[in-house]
Amino acid sequence: MNTITGLTLSQLVHGLRTGDFSSREAVQAYLEQIERLEPNLHAFISLAPEQALAQADIADSRLAAWRKSGENPIPPLLGVPMAIKDVLCVAGLRCTAGSRILENFIPPFSATAVERLLEAGIIVLGKTNTDEFAMGSSTENSGYWVTHNPWNLERVPGGSSGGSAAAVAADMAPAALGSDTGGSIRQPAAFCGISGIKPTYGRVSRYGLIAYGSSLDCVGAFARQVSDVALIYSLIAGHDERDATSMDYPKPQVNLNGKDLKGLRVGIPDEYFIAGIQAEVEASVREAIQVLQTLGAAVERVSLPHTEYALPVYYLIAPAEASANLARFDGIRYEPRSEAESMWGVFYRTRGERFGAEVKRRIMLGTYALSAGYYDAYYGQAQKVRTLIKTDFEQAFEKVDLIAAPVAPSTAFPIGRHSDDPLAMYLEDIFTLPANLAGVPGLVFPVGFDANGLPVGMQLMGPHFGEDILFKAGHAYQQVTDWHQRKPPLIDKAFT
Amino acid sequence: MSNIYEPVIGLEVHAELATRSKMFCACPVVDTTQAEPNSAVCPVCAGMPGVLPVVNQKAVEFALRVALALACEIAPSSLFARKNYFYPDLPKGYQISQYENPLAVNGRLTILTSQGEKVVRIRRVHLEEDTGKLTHIAESGNGSINEIRPAHTLIDLNRAGVPLLEIVSEPDMHSAEEVGAYARALHSLLRYLKVNSGDMQKGAMRIEPNISIRPAGSQTFGTRCEIKNLNTFRGLERAVDFEIRRQSALLDEGKVVEQETRGWIDDQGITVTQRSKEEAHDYRYFPEPDLPPLVLDRAWVEEILASLPELPISRLHRFQEQYKLSAYDAEVLTAEQETADYYEAAVAAAPQVAPKVIANWICGELFSLLNQTGMTLAECPVTPRALAALIFLVTSGEINLGTGKVVLAEMFHSGQSAEAIIASRGLRQISDSSAIAGMVQQVLKNNPEQVQSYLAGKTGIAQWLFGQVMKAAKGQANPQVVRQELEKQLNAMINNGY
Repeated sequence: MNTITGLTLSQLVHGLRTGDFSSREAVQAYLEQIERLEPNLHAFISLAPEQALAQADIADSRLAAWRKSGENPIPPLLGVPMAIKDVLCVAGLRCTAGSRILENFIPPFSATAVERLLEAGIIVLGKTNTDEFAMGSSTENSGYWVTHNPWNLERVPGGSSGGSAAAVAADMAPAALGSDTGGSIRQPAAFCGISGIKPTYGRVSRYGLIAYGSSLDCVGAFARQVSDVALIYSLIAGHDERDATSMDYPKPQVNLNGKDLKGLRVGIPDEYFIAGIQAEVEASVREAIQVLQTLGAAVERVSLPHTEYALPVYYLIAPAEASANLARFDGIRYEPRSEAESMWGVFYRTRGERFGAEVKRRIMLGTYALSAGYYDAYYGQAQKVRTLIKTDFEQAFEKVDLIAAPVAPSTAFPIGRHSDDPLAMYLEDIFTLPANLAGVPGLVFPVGFDANGLPVGMQLMGPHFGEDILFKAGHAYQQVTDWHQRKPPLIDKAFT
Repeated sequence: MSNIYEPVIGLEVHAELATRSKMFCACPVVDTTQAEPNSAVCPVCAGMPGVLPVVNQKAVEFALRVALALACEIAPSSLFARKNYFYPDLPKGYQISQYENPLAVNGRLTILTSQGEKVVRIRRVHLEEDTGKLTHIAESGNGSINEIRPAHTLIDLNRAGVPLLEIVSEPDMHSAEEVGAYARALHSLLRYLKVNSGDMQKGAMRIEPNISIRPAGSQTFGTRCEIKNLNTFRGLERAVDFEIRRQSALLDEGKVVEQETRGWIDDQGITVTQRSKEEAHDYRYFPEPDLPPLVLDRAWVEEILASLPELPISRLHRFQEQYKLSAYDAEVLTAEQETADYYEAAVAAAPQVAPKVIANWICGELFSLLNQTGMTLAECPVTPRALAALIFLVTSGEINLGTGKVVLAEMFHSGQSAEAIIASRGLRQISDSSAIAGMVQQVLKNNPEQVQSYLAGKTGIAQWLFGQVMKAAKGQANPQVVRQELEKQLNAMINNGY
């Protein structure tokens, strides 16, 4: 059995430090796992095996020197391989954002979150698949290929960070970075049975994240267990002078000790347990809430009355911002370019031929929402309702410390189910959109399985900068449950 | 018969802020006419995917200097916005500007026209970023098909992201003269505040007038046309004049003025249609989500207000009052801060000389020397103190005015002091009346015919005789003494019964 890829992030760090295995061995193990499973999963868009092995050798010599002298603290994740969603720039590695319009873009800089992890010692294995420009809930909108759910290859892994979630679920990486604009970390984490955090808006720098909906975009992380997600979060969070919207708030001190949740007030929002959600999803989430109660938490009902408006508000604000964010892809600066006789011809053809249908749909939606004569009725009105949604959360967090809710109405749906019905696809995000609109953090972890053997996730939402409460509750939960230790059967099958 | 129309004109001015770095990144601001293309570009100003803007505090400070100098109300919190349009000189596909909630509103600028002073209201002052520069290259080649280079366009992003200040006036102007005066007053103000290079040739200040006309006495506005990107005062005035005449002719013929954007063709002296109303962009402005509201610390704004220099119009008023200068002289001397400083330094160095006399020397002789050599005052080899010393030598009678001018030219070219030039060339003025009396006597003796003509009543000949005396004195005689002595001796002749 492959022992290395089966380890959690913390176990991997420990093994590298004690010298149980080298960073080169770890990188090689993950590359082999990727090679084995990638034909079934298509979790990656680009791989960087040579660079990764070269970095591993450097890490190994630093680890060896450190073991010898014992002095000079080494970076916390030295020699640990990770996967990065292909909307985050890594200097020198192609970054496509899942789009054919950026097929050959090699950024000369790294995203701040990536840079902080590189400083912490990680090694980038590759860039994971995503819906084009992170627009989607299934990774089916990728301009490259569809990623499959490791638990069932006929199912989607969720999206848009489906590549990162599938990679972690299938032990192709011990952890991964993702981005979440309307649920793009939380929903794939739930669909793939792993843990993931969407931090408070402004907690992690967006510098180097290819923008989709700038006022909603958050960089976050996936790992098998909450404590590992918390570790990565603690390394990437904090003010960045290159992002004017990143908050100047003290560096997080994540303290996970204990599983006692006495005094914790958990809110159950009426609006998230509605007709139409899959019975097994509701049952698993309610059971998980009971587990929190047994750990000492007090549970009470809360109301987030404007929840039903989150979907229309989101689909005005995010596309409006996207319509401007994607204007730079005009065929002038980034290859490939579709040649034409005139400047406008180059714009039309490049964008027409290289953007996918969903991206075009959202650019048109957003352009319309911002147009003269429509702005007040659409974008302007959406901003006002967004304020109401934010107020819902503020009022709820006067009564409770966190809110527990399902992540999505169902478990992973079959590939192709929503391909002709964008609205049905948009409805997949109804429970995740409000946190983005309000800017509050959301933590997802597995709480059970449905009858088809597909994972069910639960999300905990907290007040702004309340990640530590979420991690504490999630970690306590995982100390008394083992859902996060379950792995898709395909991992073992691949070895037999 | 032509009707009488009243032109109504407002101006949008774009001024580059002379900060060291760009508006939203750390790239240096370079002279785009000199620097290697795309040498001052980073991922942020190139609009690469994933980058974010960060506001340059110095640009905000410069903008506040201008807004405060224009007596604007400063918004405690203002918003940046995205102005969306596609063009290859705009790397992000939108320009970061300000739209709703600009930095400052409701200011005023005093301008000087032949009718006197006038206040033009300022509607708003806001910050934005400049675009890159496109150079269109025509097809070229040497005839061989392989050598032909098709027409193409080069993009230089050095200017992309340079901070721009947009200053919008109310439509308070009614003639090309007022428009010119406004533009000059603003140019002068920006230079005083040291926020703009003032180099209009290089596009440091671009002016866009909005012009409409209406029947004299009417209170409603006519349809306006905007003329894009004028960068000389003369071109601005000519373009406005042309546009007023064009619109008047249209209305006289019973036609209508179409709302449109027009361009000025300088060598033909005409404006032409660039973009009609139908083709006008919908910029789809919305608040820039990458930048939080620009919240200003009140104490900082107060500090900037307190640090403003004396502004051109105040200085002009003071010069008129304190130095008894005409409005014209005061305007000329205060248009540039260097000139005003130079003048005041010269005045301070020559307390015995009337300030008006010093003004005449600077506006006359010194400016003409600078013009001839193409130098600026900053490069002038004659210091205010040296000029003051020269003027004092003239007013105290040490040398006469003509010699003074010759000496100034010499000072200008050699950098020597007036004293040194006068001493080395023996130019000191002869004021000794007995010496001059002798010269006069000699001249009268040598020119009996002319003397006779004078005595016969041709008094005009006295000027010729004066010239002869000055010539004999090699120009160094005190002309007043010569005149007195000449008059005295000729009168004596008359009295003696010639």
